[in-house]
Amino acid sequence: MFCNKTIMITMKRLKIVALMAVLGFFASVVSVKAQDPAEGEQIFKNNCTSCHAATDEVVIGPGLKGIGQRRPIDWLVKWVHNPQAVIASGDKYAVDLFNKYNKTQMSAFPSLSEGQIKSVVAYIDAQAAAAPAPAADGAAPAAGAAPAEGSSNGGMMQYIMVALLLIMVLVLIALLSIVSSLSKLASISPDAAEAQNVPLLKRLAENGKKLAANSAFKTGAALLITLLIGKATIDAAYGVGIHQGYAPEQPIQFSHKLHAGQYQINCNYCHTGVYKGKGANIPSANICMNCHNSIKRESPEIQKIYRSLEKDEPIQWVRVHNLPDLAYFNHSQHTNVGGLECSNCHGDIAKMEVVQQRSTLTMGWCIDCHRKTDVNTKGNAYYDKLVELHSKDHKEPLKVQNIGGLECSKCHY
Amino acid sequence: MENNTKRYWRGIEELTNNAEFVKYAHREFGDAPSENEKGEALIDGTNTVRRDFLKVLGFGVSAVALAACEAPVKKAIPYLNKPEDVEPTIANWYASTFIDGGDYASVLVKTREGRPIKIEVNPMSSITKGISARVHASVLSLYDNEKLKGATIGGKPSDWATTDKEIIAELGKVSARGGQIRIVSNTIVSPTTKKVISEFIAKHPTTKLVTYDANSVSGLIQANGGILPSYNFSKAKTIVSIGADFLGTWLAADEFSEQWAKTRRVSSAEGGNKEMSRHYQFESIMSMTGANADYRSTYKPSQEGLVVTSLYNALASKLGATPIGGASIKIDHFDKAVSDLVATKAASIVVSGSNDPAVQTVVIAINAMLGAYGNTIDAGMPSNYRQGSDAEMTSFINEAKAGQIGAVIFYNANPVYNHPRGAELAEALPKIGLTISTNDRADETGSLCKYNTPDSHYLESWNDAEPKRGFFSFTQPTISTIFKTRQAQSSLLTWAGLNGDYATYLENAWSSTLGGKSAWSKALHDGVYEPGASASFNVPQTGLADAVVSISKNYKANSDKMELAIYEKVIMGTGSQANNPWLQECPEPVSKACWGNYAMVSLATAKKLGLDQEIELDTHEVEVSVNGKSVKLPFIVQPGQANDTVAIAIGYGRTKAGKSANEVGANIYPFASVINGNIAFSNTGDVQVKATGKSAQIARTQTHNTVMAREAVVQETVLSAYKKNVEAGRFKPEISTAEGKKTATDISLWNGHKYNNHAWGMVIDLNTCTGCSACVVSCNAENNIAVVGRQEVINRREMHWMRIDRYYSSDADVEDVKGLEYASENPEVVFQPMLCQHCNNAPCETVCPVLATTHSSEGLNQMTYNRCIGTRYCANNCPYKVRRFNWFRYYQTDEYDFQFNNDLGRMVINPDVTVRSRGVMEKCSMCVQRIQAGKLEAKKEKRRPKDGDIQTACSQSCPTNAITFGDMNDETSEISKLLEAEHKGRAFGVIEEINVKPNISYLVKIRNKDEKVKKEEAAVEHKEHA
Repeated sequence: MFCNKTIMITMKRLKIVALMAVLGFFASVVSVKAQDPAEGEQIFKNNCTSCHAATDEVVIGPGLKGIGQRRPIDWLVKWVHNPQAVIASGDKYAVDLFNKYNKTQMSAFPSLSEGQIKSVVAYIDAQAAAAPAPAADGAAPAAGAAPAEGSSNGGMMQYIMVALLLIMVLVLIALLSIVSSLSKLASISPDAAEAQNVPLLKRLAENGKKLAANSAFKTGAALLITLLIGKATIDAAYGVGIHQGYAPEQPIQFSHKLHAGQYQINCNYCHTGVYKGKGANIPSANICMNCHNSIKRESPEIQKIYRSLEKDEPIQWVRVHNLPDLAYFNHSQHTNVGGLECSNCHGDIAKMEVVQQRSTLTMGWCIDCHRKTDVNTKGNAYYDKLVELHSKDHKEPLKVQNIGGLECSKCHY
Repeated sequence: MENNTKRYWRGIEELTNNAEFVKYAHREFGDAPSENEKGEALIDGTNTVRRDFLKVLGFGVSAVALAACEAPVKKAIPYLNKPEDVEPTIANWYASTFIDGGDYASVLVKTREGRPIKIEVNPMSSITKGISARVHASVLSLYDNEKLKGATIGGKPSDWATTDKEIIAELGKVSARGGQIRIVSNTIVSPTTKKVISEFIAKHPTTKLVTYDANSVSGLIQANGGILPSYNFSKAKTIVSIGADFLGTWLAADEFSEQWAKTRRVSSAEGGNKEMSRHYQFESIMSMTGANADYRSTYKPSQEGLVVTSLYNALASKLGATPIGGASIKIDHFDKAVSDLVATKAASIVVSGSNDPAVQTVVIAINAMLGAYGNTIDAGMPSNYRQGSDAEMTSFINEAKAGQIGAVIFYNANPVYNHPRGAELAEALPKIGLTISTNDRADETGSLCKYNTPDSHYLESWNDAEPKRGFFSFTQPTISTIFKTRQAQSSLLTWAGLNGDYATYLENAWSSTLGGKSAWSKALHDGVYEPGASASFNVPQTGLADAVVSISKNYKANSDKMELAIYEKVIMGTGSQANNPWLQECPEPVSKACWGNYAMVSLATAKKLGLDQEIELDTHEVEVSVNGKSVKLPFIVQPGQANDTVAIAIGYGRTKAGKSANEVGANIYPFASVINGNIAFSNTGDVQVKATGKSAQIARTQTHNTVMAREAVVQETVLSAYKKNVEAGRFKPEISTAEGKKTATDISLWNGHKYNNHAWGMVIDLNTCTGCSACVVSCNAENNIAVVGRQEVINRREMHWMRIDRYYSSDADVEDVKGLEYASENPEVVFQPMLCQHCNNAPCETVCPVLATTHSSEGLNQMTYNRCIGTRYCANNCPYKVRRFNWFRYYQTDEYDFQFNNDLGRMVINPDVTVRSRGVMEKCSMCVQRIQAGKLEAKKEKRRPKDGDIQTACSQSCPTNAITFGDMNDETSEISKLLEAEHKGRAFGVIEEINVKPNISYLVKIRNKDEKVKKEEAAVEHKEHA
C-alpha cells in the first residue's frame, strides 16, 4: 500500500518533470530564434555572476530568475547600459531597487548590445526552466550514479588486485612446502642429521659467513646498493626545484572553492590579465572591494583587506606558481589564442580551499603538452595557411610542435 | 679585406699589419681573465677566488645545496588600488617630448608597470623622423642615482617650503634695492616656459634672461638677423658643407639625416630612382658627416673664413657677380664643387659650421646667389633649436666679475663647466649674493650655488616645445617624480608669487589656444600640434663688405703652425648627459673610441711630432698646451684630419657629474677662442703638442673584431657605374669544383630550411647608413645589454650586440706605398652596422656541444642562455664576430657600478628580456621578444601580422630608415619588395664566399663620384696606343 503510493507519487512527479522539461525545451527553442542562450551564458558568466545569480538567490544584487517576465526588455536594456541614468530619471522601480539594495550602484555595461542583453535574459529563462529538473527525484539518481559508478570501478580494480595477491601468496606457500618436503627427503643423511643437531642460530651465522665470503655475492650486493643509491639520487635530483603540491599559507585565507566553485565567479573577473597579457595578475584590493564593501564585512579575513587599504600597505600574497626568470610564459597566448581552460595547468581550482601547484611546471611538462596539443586554429586567420600547408603532408591535425612550439626562442630570450 | 678594386682597413695597424694587431686578431675577447681579476674575489679584500673556493668545498657544496633545496618564498604583491589604465605585464605608451637645451625630439615613451623603459620616435611628428643615441639614452638618465634628491641650501638637504621662503625673501631684498637678477639658461624651446619667465620678470623687473649654448651657433643666428632658418636638405642636389657636421651634431642633426637620406636612396628596380645628391665636405677633422660625403678634403681652422670667401668668389666669377676679395685658397675638389653648385643652382645648399658671423654672412650671400632661399633654405619658418647669444653671456660674466649682479638663477645650465670662461665665472660667483641652480645635480655650477632646487627629468615633467614656428609638441610625465624634485617652471612661478602648479598653468594656456579641454587631451595624446606657419621667406640683410674685412683679418691662407680644432662628438654631445654609461660606452662613429676624449692628429703630423703610429691599446700620452693652458690626453692618429691640427672633443672632463663621467677625459671648453664676440671652436694661438713620455690607453673598438682578411665584406661602387649596371660593385665569389667554377652561393652541404610561417629578415642599406649609432644605444636599452666600463672595453670585452663597423678604404694599390700614405691621410669611409646575421647555414649552430644555439622555424638563429656552458666554440666559428661572451656577473659586482648595480638603475631593465649571467654567450636575437609579442597580438586579433607591426629596436630607431626588417614570406612586405628590386641589383650577403646564407642582406654603397679610370686599364690603353 505504502509502497504503491510512493511509486504513484513518484510517477506523477516524473510526469510533471517531463512535461516541464519538454515545455522548457520548447520555450528555449522558441527563444533561440531571436537570442542565443549559449551566448547569454558566456556573457552572464563573464560579467554578471559576481553580483547576480540566475536563481532567486541574492548575491549582491537581486536574483535574476524571471527577470524577463518581471521587467520589459526595453527597460532592462536601458538599465544595463546605464543604471545611474535610469535612477536619475526618477523611474520608480529603479529607485526602489536602488534603495532596497543599500544604494549600491550596479556597474554599467554600455558595451553590451541589445541582442546580447536579450541573450542573457534568454539564458536566465532557460536556466529557470531547466532548474527544477535536476531537483526532481528522477534526475537526481542519474547525477548521483555517475560518481558511484566511478568509485565502483575503482573498487573492482582493488578487489581484483587483492584476489591476485592472495592467489600469489597461496602459490608461494604451496611452492615453499614442496621445496621443504623435497629438501627433507634429500637431506636424510648422516651429515644432515648431524647438522640438524647444530642450533639454528649458529647454522644461520655460519651460512651468513659463507655467503659473505662469496665474492660474486659481494659484487652483486655492492652493485645493487650502488644502483639503489644512484637511482635515489637521480630521483631526488629530478625533484629539485619541482614544487608540485606546494600550497603555502596565504596572508588572507581566501577560498577559491567558495568564489570560483560555489559562486562561479569567472577567473577573469579577478585575474584581469589572463586573456590580455603575460601575467594573469593577482587581483588588486579594489577588485575585492567591488563586492566586499557590502558583503561579509564582519569576517576577520575580510577585515584584513580593509586594514591594508587603510594603512596603504599592499597585501603580500605568497606566490604559488613560480617559473624561473629564464622562461617566458604568456597567459594570453594559452588562454585567449590557444583556448585552454585555466584548469588545464592549474588543476581544479574551483575545488581548492587553499590553492596549490598541481602541475610540475618543468620544461618537460611544457614540452610534453606542446607535443600533444592541437593548435586552436579554428576561425583564426593567423593559422589558415599553416593548416593548409600542414594538411598536405600530414594526416594528423596541426600540433603546437609543428609550428615551432618546441623551439628554444619561443620561451627563452 | 679586399675585393676586386679596393683595399679596406679599420685601423692603421690593420693596414700596416702591425705585430700587435696580428697577435690580437685571433683573440676576439683578449686574454682570458686571470684568476685574481676583479669581480672574482668572493669576499672583498681577500684573495679567496671563486676557483679556490670550489676546490675546497667541491662536491660538498652541491650536496649541501641539494639537501637544503627549499624553494625561497616569493611574494606576489598586487596593487592596492590598480589604476584603470595600468595592466601589469602590458606596456603603455605615452607621447612626450625630449628637450635637452636646444636638442629636441618628439618621442613615444614605453612604460611597464609605471616605469619608462624605452624611448621611440613619435610617428605623428612631422619634424622628428628619427631620434639620436642621446635621446635613446635619456631614459637611463632618469634613473641616475647621483641626481639631487631634493632641494638643498648650502649643500645641506632642506625642504621645499623653507627653501622657497628663503629664496622669496632674498629675491625680494635684491629686487627692492634694484639689484640685477639674471636667469642663465641654455636654449629654451618651450613657449610656455618663456611665459613663466616673463611672469617672473614682471614680478622682479630687474631680471634679464641670459641664453647661451655650449655648442653655440650664435654667429649663425647673428648673421641671419636673429633667427635660425629651416634647412631642407631633401630638396638639394648639391650639398656643400664647410665644417658643419649636419648629420651628427649641427643644429637638428636627426632631422637633417632623414632629409639627406631621401636624396641618397636609390632603387635597382626597373624605373627606380637612380639619382643622388652630391655631397661635398670641407672640414678640419674627420666628422661623421665628412665620412658620408662623396668628396671630402681638409683645411686648417685658420683657413675656414677664406675657404668661404674663395667659394663666393669662384661662384661669383661663374655666375657673373662681383667678387668680394679675400685671399684665395686651393683645396682638393674645390673647383668641382663650384661647378656642381653652378649646375644645380637653386637645388643647392651650402652650410657652414663656423660660429663667426662674418663667415656665416658670406655663406648667406652664397646661398642667396645660388637661389637657395625659398627652396633648400626657408628663412620664413625659423627654427628654435639654438637661441644662445655669446655676447649676452660674455656681458653676464663681465658683470658678475664686476660684482654688478645681485642674484642669479641657473636654469638647467652649467656654464662653469661648459662655457670657455667657466673658471672666471666660478671665481665671480661668490660675489653674487643669491645663487640658485635648478640643475638636476650639484654639478660644476650647482655645487657653487647656495640654493639647489633640482628640476625634474623631462619624463617626470609637463612642458611644451616649439622647435619650429607653428610646430608644437608636448611633454607629459610618464612617472611621478622619483626624488623630491620640482619642475623649474613651478619654482619660478612660486618665486614670482604665483600658484606653482605648472601642469594647470600649461593646460590653461593650451586649452584656450586649442579650444577646450578635449582638444588639449588630444594634443597630449598625439604629442604634437602642428598648425604650421605661413611660410614667407626673406633673404637676410647682409653686411658683406664688413664681413670680408673681418675675415681677411682673422683668417690666414697659409699657416704651418699647430692649431687646435674643438669638435662635438656625435654620441656624447656637449656632455650634459655625461653620467650616462650607455653613452660613455657607445663608440664614436669615426674614431671608434669610447670612455673619454683624446688628442687626434693626422698621420703626417704624428710623424712630424716624432710620435710613431699608435697601436690600438697602448698609445702615448701627450700634453696639449694652448696659450699657457694645458691638458694631458691620450693621442690617436685619425686618418682624414687636416695636417698640423690637433682635434679634441668637448663633453668630457666633468668633475661633478657622477661616477660614470667624473675624470673621464679632459675638459676642452676653456681652450676655445673668441672671434667677433662669438666662441670659436678652435684655437689658432700658440698650440703645442708634446709627448709626456708616458703611455696611455684608449678604449677603442675599431679592431676588436677583424674579418681575418676575408673578401667582400663591404661592397661599393660609384653612381655613374651603377646607372650603367645595377650590379656594379657587386663581388660574386666563385669556387672551383670538379665541375668547373661555380658561384659560391650555389654550393652547400646542407639541405636548407623550410619556412612555412614567417621568414624574418633584414636589409641594411649602406648607402643611407650614416653611422650615427642610434641603433646601438636603442639595442642596449631594448635588450638589457650590460655596460662593462672602460677597462673591460680595453680588454676587448664590450657586450654590444650591434656595432657599427667603420672601414677606411682607398683606390690605391696595396703595393703602392705612396698611394697608401695618401690614403691614410684622406681615406674614404664606409659604415656597416654589424649584428648577428642569422645565417641559414650557421657555422655556430654546428659546433655547439650542448645545442644552446639552434635554428628556428622562422629563420632566427636562437641563443639559449640557460643551456649555454660557455665553451665559446660558437664565437670562434662565427665569421662575423658578432657573438659576445659574458665574462662577469655585471649585475652583481661592485666594479661594474653602472645601472645594473643599483636598485634605481635596474628600473630601466626590459622585463621581457633575460638579464644574462656570467659564463654564457650572447648575441642579437633579432628582438625575438618583439617578434613574439607582435605575433601574439595578431593571433589575438585572428589575423596575420601586418608589415610594420613588428620592428626590431634598431630598425625602428634608424633616423634614415637604412634598416628594413620584416617577413620575407609576406609578399606585400617592404622587405620583400626591397629584396625583389635589389635581388639582381645591390643586395649582397657579407662574406658570400663561405655561403652561410645570412638572413641579413646589405645593399651596396654608392658614392656619387666620377668613375675613376683604373690605372691598369689606363696603362693597357696607353700601351695599345703606343
